[in-house]
Amino acid sequence: MNRYPLWKNLMIGLVLLWGLIYTLPNFYGEVPAVQVSSAKATLRLDPAAASDRVANALKDAGIEHDGIFSDAGSVRARFASTDIQLRAKDVIERAFNPDAEDPSYVVALNLLPASPAWLTAIHALPMYLGLDLRGGVHFLLEVDMPGALTKRLDSTTGDLRTLMRDKNVRHAGISREGNTVVIRFREAAQREAGRRAIQDNTADLQLSDRDAGADDLRLVATLTPQAQQTMRDFAIKQNITTLHNRINELGVAEPVIQQQGADRIVVQLPGVQDVAKAKDILGRTATLEVRMVDDTPGAIESALAGNIPFGTELYSERGGGPLLVRKQVVLTGDRLTDAQPGFDGQTNEPAVHLTLDAAGARIFRDVTRESVGKRMAILLIEKGKGEVVTAPVIRTEIGGGRVQISGRMTTTEANDVALLLRAGSLAAPMEIIEERTVGPSLGADNITKGFNSTLWGFVAIAVFMCLYYALFGVVSSIALAANLLLLVALLSLLQATLTLPGIAAMALTLGMAIDANVLINERIREELRNGSSPQAAIAAGYERAGSTILDSNVTSLIAGIALLVFGSGPVRGFAVVHCLGILTSMFSAILVSRMLINFIYGRRRKIDSLSIGQVWKPDSN
Amino acid sequence: MEFFRIKKDIPFMRHSLVFNAISFATFLLAVFFIATRGLHLSVEFTGGTLVEVIYTEAQPLEPIRTALAADGNTDILVQHFGSARDVLIRLPNRDDVDSNGIADRVMATLHKMDAPAPELRRVEFVGPQVGKELASDGAMALLLVIIGIVVYLALRFEWRLGVATIVANLHDVIIILGFFAFFQWEFSLAVLAATLAVLGYSVNESVVIFDRVRETFRKKRGYTTEQVVDHAITSTISRTVITHGSTQMMVLSMLIFGGETLFYFSLALTIGICFGIYSSVLVASPLAIWLGMKREQFVKVKKEKEEAVV
Repeated sequence: MNRYPLWKNLMIGLVLLWGLIYTLPNFYGEVPAVQVSSAKATLRLDPAAASDRVANALKDAGIEHDGIFSDAGSVRARFASTDIQLRAKDVIERAFNPDAEDPSYVVALNLLPASPAWLTAIHALPMYLGLDLRGGVHFLLEVDMPGALTKRLDSTTGDLRTLMRDKNVRHAGISREGNTVVIRFREAAQREAGRRAIQDNTADLQLSDRDAGADDLRLVATLTPQAQQTMRDFAIKQNITTLHNRINELGVAEPVIQQQGADRIVVQLPGVQDVAKAKDILGRTATLEVRMVDDTPGAIESALAGNIPFGTELYSERGGGPLLVRKQVVLTGDRLTDAQPGFDGQTNEPAVHLTLDAAGARIFRDVTRESVGKRMAILLIEKGKGEVVTAPVIRTEIGGGRVQISGRMTTTEANDVALLLRAGSLAAPMEIIEERTVGPSLGADNITKGFNSTLWGFVAIAVFMCLYYALFGVVSSIALAANLLLLVALLSLLQATLTLPGIAAMALTLGMAIDANVLINERIREELRNGSSPQAAIAAGYERAGSTILDSNVTSLIAGIALLVFGSGPVRGFAVVHCLGILTSMFSAILVSRMLINFIYGRRRKIDSLSIGQVWKPDSN
Repeated sequence: MEFFRIKKDIPFMRHSLVFNAISFATFLLAVFFIATRGLHLSVEFTGGTLVEVIYTEAQPLEPIRTALAADGNTDILVQHFGSARDVLIRLPNRDDVDSNGIADRVMATLHKMDAPAPELRRVEFVGPQVGKELASDGAMALLLVIIGIVVYLALRFEWRLGVATIVANLHDVIIILGFFAFFQWEFSLAVLAATLAVLGYSVNESVVIFDRVRETFRKKRGYTTEQVVDHAITSTISRTVITHGSTQMMVLSMLIFGGETLFYFSLALTIGICFGIYSSVLVASPLAIWLGMKREQFVKVKKEKEEAVV
């Protein structure tokens, strides 16, 4: 009577097997590795080609590796020992950066999980350890949105001034006042004309009248909520992209860069100890410059021969040859208000659309009128070194501030160029509002402490359960172990960040999970005490305790979810493990323990007694 | 082995007034301490900078204080952390100084001192914007837990039980805070998490008992409400003690092996577990009776059927 159907046993067995497989990677530890990633914002690493280059370089040097892995932005090779790792780093460094003065790639020492390839192939990875366990730096950055808004309105003020002049509207002054732009007029007719001019030109501004006297008529312009929202999204995305590029340079294995809330960015750099350098890199700004290319015949040849003509500089084009660029700067990134990838309206070729502010548009019109047929270079300058992002030929005079770069470009390239152009302009300033550094020794200590707490707590509970409930206690302990197994497997699968509070939650969840088994065992004892037969007592015990277990876990889950929703940082780490643990505990405490009990007692027709410890009956005394 | 050999139901409810008086007194005491002493909030809530360093040998605190004060720092807190080698330095945020580089400057000062250079263990910098948010998020989380639990218990059982449970368990939360205020233990985010987890956990206790109350109402027809509650508590007492004992073993293990970081976390859990048993068993049940819990609320449907048969 106490038997599970075959499918149920199979299902529980499969779930446990799954748990075992996904827990496995946590036992292998880590091996030394070398990581290659791009050092320049303008250089995109092609994982497949770079893997081959690493493999060839190692083969030529006769160094053996334990596998090469690649993801979107980096290639990593594993080695058997740190000695080999160090030798390999030199070899790879030489292969990728022939010019040590100007490295194109970052080659860094690293650690990788040592689990066998078949586990990695099914995405069975070790748990993702938080910074408090592995050491590293955590920053919370806040994007200065008011600052970005002011900047935007300042450029709008300039735009409006130009617009009024172009449309011949007479005004008595344009200025920014707080979060509005105020235009003064002497006559109502001019104000009407001004309003029409602005409405025809842009949909981003909301206009309203304000009169301070008979001859002081004002038009107040504010950014529409929509335009403000777009600006915010733009600013935060822009900053995240820029941070990604910068952080690659640090050669961090698994950096985390995420948006948090409306205007914040979390940056986590595991293993980084040099906070000052990290801050320096995060805070650095890139600038954008537009200059003309020197196309004088023969000039480039003489420059390559070491004879650079006066007033020019030699740069290399991204993914192309050398280019001679004039020193005189036509435009800087400040004049660029947007850069988006898109398509050419006529040829449907991928293109990059640039938008310049009013002053920029004027300069651009003048320059392009004089230089039709010549090339202009757009340079991204980072760390004092410049690189030509793109060098298009000017086909016609370009007025109105809308510029399109197209031709010989794929969609991906258009995306890259737009990103790089944005990186060199506009990014709103950021401020560090939270910083946490954990030294590597503290991280290791925390792991040991967390592990010991859980281990000894588990042992104490298991010993007590076995003593108090005999065979049923053994089954409860096994169910508790299954709970731990499933929880670790789930955390490994989800790659949820495990922190010290997370380990504490794991221990606490185990301590709470035993409640379900205590409820069941007590219920069975009670049924026996009331005179039920052993088989009936088992069935009734599990059945009656079931609904109580569900109720009590739901209330715990409510608390867990509240923490998950409102918690941040350490609290969230705690809440994730707590919630998952409640779910796994219901499975293991009810199903796993019942399956084991069924295997032990379910097949026998007649049982004299259950091994559940002493059942004391008031009558027998 | 069987710890509990109880022949008759223990008349808990006869003394319910005493239990409630005791818990009301503790509650008032806790509120008093929170009001007069306040909580010793961690940097996470107040904002500021925390630097933890470890020296190779025991390090007196006075020279560090003098050196840091000489650098123009005010309101510095320097204390040992775990051992005489570990030193914890806490500095507040100040408007006139760029808070961002404080940790670097502190480390520079420590390196210049007349002692072997320490190793940096941990830096925490929390800007003034963050602290306030954490406090309000904590309050929101608490509110969500309260509403969620009352609604769930009201749906599953009866609104009276929901209200009784949450009142009893909220007073646990206040008592935990009272302990932290009285001893001036550091109240960190982890402690807040422990407090809320304990809230969910001790509600379990009331759920188990009320589950039994409902069952007893249906089974034992002759019992008064008080007798039903006594019976429910008596028959679950063995489970109550064993479960909490087991959980406490785990928490004790964290208290012993978990080190400084988990210490206050597990301390909050310990207090929460002890008072949780008391309040959810001996406070929540009388409250439910006073709120007017009756048999009819649990066995309505059955009664109608019987009348139809007659």
